[in-house]
Amino acid sequence: MYDVIIIGAGISGCACARELSRYKLSICVLEKEEDVCCGTTKANSAIVHAGFDAACGTLMAKLNVKGNQDMEELSKELDFSFKRNGSLVVCLHEEEMPDLEALYQRGIQNGVKGLRMIDKAELVKLEPHISDDAVAALYAPTSGIVCPFGMNIAYAENAAANGVQFQFETEVAGIRRQDGNWIVKTNQGEFEGRFVVNAAGVYADTIHNMVSTKKLHITPRRGDYCLLDRSVEGFVTHTIFQLPGKYGKGVLVTPTIHGNTLVGPTAVDIEDREGTNTTQEGLEELLEKAGRTVKGLPIRQVITSFAGLRAHEDGHEFVIGEVEGAEGFIDCAGIESPGLTSAPAIGTMVAGIVKELAHAEENPDFIGTRKGMLDPKTLSMEERTALIKAKPAYGNIVCRCEMVSEGEVIDAINRPLGAKSLDGVKRRTRAGMGRCQAGFCSPRTIEILARERGVHPSEITKSGKESKIIVGVNKDAL
Amino acid sequence: MLHYDIVIVGGGPAGLAAAVSAKEHGVESILVLERDQELGGILNQCIHNGFGLHTFQEELTGPEYAGRFIEQAEKAQVAYKLNTMVLEISKDKVVTVMNGKEGMFEIQASAVILAMGCRERARGALNIPGYRPAGIYSAGTAQRLVNMEGFLPGRQVVILGSGDIGLIMARRMTLEGAKVHVVAELLPYSGGLKRNLVQCLDDFNIPLKLSHTVVDIDGKDRVKGVTIAKVDEGRKPISGTETYYPCDTLLLSCGLIPENELSQSLGVELNPVTSGPFVNECFETNVEGVFACGNVLHVHDLVDFVSKEAASAGKHAAAYVKYKGKHPAVVSKDIPIVPESGVRYTVPKTINPDRMDEKHTIRFRVDKVYKNCYISVYLGKERIIYKKRPIAAPGEMEEVIFHKELFQAVPDLSKITIKIEEA
Repeated sequence: MYDVIIIGAGISGCACARELSRYKLSICVLEKEEDVCCGTTKANSAIVHAGFDAACGTLMAKLNVKGNQDMEELSKELDFSFKRNGSLVVCLHEEEMPDLEALYQRGIQNGVKGLRMIDKAELVKLEPHISDDAVAALYAPTSGIVCPFGMNIAYAENAAANGVQFQFETEVAGIRRQDGNWIVKTNQGEFEGRFVVNAAGVYADTIHNMVSTKKLHITPRRGDYCLLDRSVEGFVTHTIFQLPGKYGKGVLVTPTIHGNTLVGPTAVDIEDREGTNTTQEGLEELLEKAGRTVKGLPIRQVITSFAGLRAHEDGHEFVIGEVEGAEGFIDCAGIESPGLTSAPAIGTMVAGIVKELAHAEENPDFIGTRKGMLDPKTLSMEERTALIKAKPAYGNIVCRCEMVSEGEVIDAINRPLGAKSLDGVKRRTRAGMGRCQAGFCSPRTIEILARERGVHPSEITKSGKESKIIVGVNKDAL
Repeated sequence: MLHYDIVIVGGGPAGLAAAVSAKEHGVESILVLERDQELGGILNQCIHNGFGLHTFQEELTGPEYAGRFIEQAEKAQVAYKLNTMVLEISKDKVVTVMNGKEGMFEIQASAVILAMGCRERARGALNIPGYRPAGIYSAGTAQRLVNMEGFLPGRQVVILGSGDIGLIMARRMTLEGAKVHVVAELLPYSGGLKRNLVQCLDDFNIPLKLSHTVVDIDGKDRVKGVTIAKVDEGRKPISGTETYYPCDTLLLSCGLIPENELSQSLGVELNPVTSGPFVNECFETNVEGVFACGNVLHVHDLVDFVSKEAASAGKHAAAYVKYKGKHPAVVSKDIPIVPESGVRYTVPKTINPDRMDEKHTIRFRVDKVYKNCYISVYLGKERIIYKKRPIAAPGEMEEVIFHKELFQAVPDLSKITIKIEEA
């Protein structure tokens, strides 16, 4: 029996969990995958939007601006990577200047600070690779980039440190009301709670519809991305959007917090809620559209492509609040872009709602800060040597592309809510994230995972479930 | 700070041959830095035979071939550090390294030999659409799992790319009990050696589909199947030619990329064709005292040629140390070697008649398959070499030999041209 059951361990679920752990509540997060950050949060643009995009007066606009404002302090409290690099919405056609102006005005109304229209000369100075067709741009200095994995994991680890329980590989099959509580039926048995928070991403409508006759509908909107090697770091330094208009929506070109260059996303509405496959057309579209805003994109430096799903609710608005006719069941649904940016504000809002309903008291033992993983690259040569003398594993490089040591991989595995799979290690350490895409390090990482977890290497998966990497031993079928 | 006359980055076949040769040519202070736990490099996972036919007139396995050079290096008392990663090399040749024993420290080198080898082109760089399940490996990763760890990465296999590692792994996976259904190759010809096509595919009845590629990968957790389609002359998939192969594994053998991130950080200029440094006939890059050899320079088919080139690089690095960068014989300028029709690149890029040995081997690759063609070398308008080749293919490295006296006859030569001429 829990006070609160949160469904989903993505950025929304974990932000809610952390903010709720400020109160004297017993909390459990149910996640169908083997780790946090396995759905929408793991594959998106990783942008902290300034807040000029959402329609004035919407919850989306409000939480976007609030989330953006809170991000810096949060990133320090929870120790994840965040940087305000500024964004540019580029206008490519003179006749669309009124649209750019309208975007500027909307931003002002939404409360975005520091917005400025800049002319071509200044634009070229800021971004030398900007397209020759560029006319002007809207500059938003508060826009930023964040590590979505780092942020999600930080929230989860801090929540766990404050007593939140996490149940992985736990998929919700049904929810019913019983004796004034919610019974959540899963593949791992039943969980009972006074309150339920529905943060199920692309499945939030399915979960919602289990308890409400007022149906919700979410469309998985797939977006393909291409990621370029760090070797072309600095190709762009700001997040570059194309002004949406009659010439289409365009794609963004942005640096990531780790120095890669990211291009994407496309937008295709699909049926399959697990349909994270890239397509030939999608990848071609990306590169064509990126070419509209920047020139000379070094496409030979693409190291991987991937697709993510946005949880697009029909009304294109965040659906946050207690569900009518379902007392104590709180939706946190329709969290698509700017969901990542808004997460801090979403967490606070949901926690506020539950706290009121539950009449919860503050938790005096709440720990508001969390220390992230040790990154030896930030140490001086002397400090690093001292670290290695104490723990030699920090001197053994496992991932040569991202220069990740065995010590860091071990840390990632042994932390609370530690990595269980190759992807888990990758999201926590960047081992396997580089230009060889785990070609060299995966056998080593498998070995370390197996050793630290005390299992046979054949038990190690890429990302849980049936994603086994080794299927047997040589000649076992002969 | 530690100081060595020559620091060699990489203890594979190139690094070892360079070290042994530099020692033979009089340099005592040599250090080899190897990131793995043993010397030998990628040869340690190449347990098939066929290595060393040129060097030792024997068919050795990869580890045996490496063993011969490790033995020579030990005998010559070449110093080396294992499990040691080079993090950075500065322009003034300060090498920053790290290992679990000594921590992080710097080494001042007088000369540096780059011998870091290459990596495989990954799925991402190929832009193959589809899901990203487990079961997709570069052929070399699978080779490591099978040959060094004894693990089978899959049972029903499709291979994309007919590079040598892919061909070798088609045979290896078959021998270990897996079923290899097909090898698909984007190009109209294989990138592998003829002998591997015969011994690894034909002998095991594994079909090779030229001008085919993977257009979709199915399976969310583990690969369930891949779709292969024929491509047109522009290498675009032809609609309607798709075939679905149920399988649990996709191996990729789609090319090797010299690993030159370190080289670039120290200002070494790379040839976009090979992704390896431009070098002169001493195997010296544009950065004085920095040499390159082996697969970091250009990807080889045969390790024997790696050893030869590396020995030459080691010898010239030793001369660089001896003459402190000023070779006494050099009066004339370096002559550029210009690849023309059919020749994609040459190693070296320039040659100096004063400094060169009595003869020097120029290595290169052709851009497509040629039958009954001639490799021609021109000094100005004069054709000095006209060598008949019944067949020349991109998968087999070509060579011509330049003799010193050829150049002595033509002073003030502005360039040397190499091209393929069809009969």
